[in-house]
Amino acid sequence: MMMVLLAALVWSFGWWLNSRLANGSNSDRGAVKLLVPVIFGITVLVVWELLVRGLQVSMVILPAPSLIVERFASSLPILWKDLSQTFLKGALSGYVMGCGAALLMAVAVDRSDFLRRGLLPVGNFVAALPIVGTAPILVMWFGFDWQSKAAVVVVMVFFPMLVNTVAGLRETSAMQRDLMQTYAASYWQSFFKLRLPAALPFIFNGLKISTTLALVGAIVAEFFGSPTVGMGFRISTSVGQLALDMVWAEIVMAALAGSFFYGAIALIEKSLTFWHPSQRG
Amino acid sequence: MRSFLAVLTVLAAIVAIWYAACVPMNIKGVLDAAERGGAEVMPATSKVRRDMGTFGLVAGNTFAIAQTWEQDRPRLPAPHQVITELWKTTVMKKVTSKRSLVYHAQVTLNATLLGFVIGTGLGILLAVGIVHSKVMDMSVMPWAIVSQTIPIIALAPMIIVVLYSIGVQGILPKAIISAYLSFFPVVVGMVKGLRSPDAMQLDLLKTYSANTNQGFWKLRLPSSMPYLFTSLKIGIAASLLGAIVGELPTGAVSGLGARLLAGSYYGQTVQIWSALFAAAILAGLLVALLGMIEKLVLKRMGMAS
Repeated sequence: MMMVLLAALVWSFGWWLNSRLANGSNSDRGAVKLLVPVIFGITVLVVWELLVRGLQVSMVILPAPSLIVERFASSLPILWKDLSQTFLKGALSGYVMGCGAALLMAVAVDRSDFLRRGLLPVGNFVAALPIVGTAPILVMWFGFDWQSKAAVVVVMVFFPMLVNTVAGLRETSAMQRDLMQTYAASYWQSFFKLRLPAALPFIFNGLKISTTLALVGAIVAEFFGSPTVGMGFRISTSVGQLALDMVWAEIVMAALAGSFFYGAIALIEKSLTFWHPSQRG
Repeated sequence: MRSFLAVLTVLAAIVAIWYAACVPMNIKGVLDAAERGGAEVMPATSKVRRDMGTFGLVAGNTFAIAQTWEQDRPRLPAPHQVITELWKTTVMKKVTSKRSLVYHAQVTLNATLLGFVIGTGLGILLAVGIVHSKVMDMSVMPWAIVSQTIPIIALAPMIIVVLYSIGVQGILPKAIISAYLSFFPVVVGMVKGLRSPDAMQLDLLKTYSANTNQGFWKLRLPSSMPYLFTSLKIGIAASLLGAIVGELPTGAVSGLGARLLAGSYYGQTVQIWSALFAAAILAGLLVALLGMIEKLVLKRMGMAS
């Protein structure tokens, strides 16, 4: 009971601290903006820990954060192996292939107005479909190893990337294109100097959407069959053994990988599209 | 009209590529079957054929091309096979039958819709809280954004097992996964929408001495509608995905995900493809339905563009 009371106390203290910070005079400072969500996160973790211990929640339902951290630290080698199988081999190679193919396809499609008109609605439609469902088929075709996971990722990221890039390549105004023409620029010159840079914000939007899709695709594809290594494999077998601390450790790993991947793309975006209004603010 | 023609051309091209792809994908299976049936096959034994390129096989056995579109368990079923299967399992079967895709689609749809309603309801509530409370905005919003970069779907098997162990089964675990997936897009979109009135409009309401409540119902909520519908469309697609994936790890016996899983266990490729198409059609219908509601509502509110 003490623990539960303590949890309530910690929660109210965290909330009080945050409301002081958020409504205080320094609330526009960068440090405060960072501090408030961090305090919130820590409060949630502490309350979680205290409640699980205080109410004696079974480990099968919800393990305490401390147990998850312990498990994470003690099974780092396994987690790393799973990560390299699922993320580095499956998701990343599929991501590069899928986004690259979509980019090339978009450039080709962009030359024909007819093709673009036809492909955009189809692409938009396909991008909204549950493409993960192709996983069992692709696992059947490419076997259990990472190749099939990469194939699922390729199919998943292709259409969102294609639609975004095609939209981006339309971004230049007639005035800008006319200017390039008065410079007697060839198609490829105006492509590399004007239209590709102008399309970059859209391309990066597609790349950022695709980071999450890539991880989702690689993990879900492993539910349909995988070698005895990989994040999806570990999650489904650990769930079967009711080793929920391992599942949570794996999810923490997936979250870290996903955030780093997204962050890396966002960082590249920042350095390449520094001129765009959304990056200057 | 021109766009319609272009879309048709692209679709026709996709179907043509599909038929063409069936030939090299299925040729080995067809030749094995033909050899067993006593027909003349170019390299006579399947052992030799295994090491040969598929295109060489096609060139050597042109008689087999037509059969690659008619196989019983092809690696890649031809479009008409999938459509026949779809027709057989939807129109020809009774809706209550376990072999009817309509039955399975309805099981998945129930979970999707329940999850979608829970997810969007909670999402809108949280968004309202975030817009009106600076503390909530600063504490929760960064986490809501970060959570979009996380493959949340990895949680699906665990949610199901945990709920099972405390005695919750059936539609609810799937619905919770659906709700979880549609929750964050709605929060982020709705916060953006509720913030979309500009300072001028907010000031105008202030000069009318409207209180926060009136400002919310008369200005913020109406102007958030376009954003809400955009995120609802993303949310329902995510919900359907969640419901399908939620059926995978439990070995569920009904639902589109269960059909996918059963098909992949027994090598029934045509069944997998038809389940996949059913899921695609369902997703398309749901998004189209929301699009229609959006058009009606926005027109009624005088915001149609």
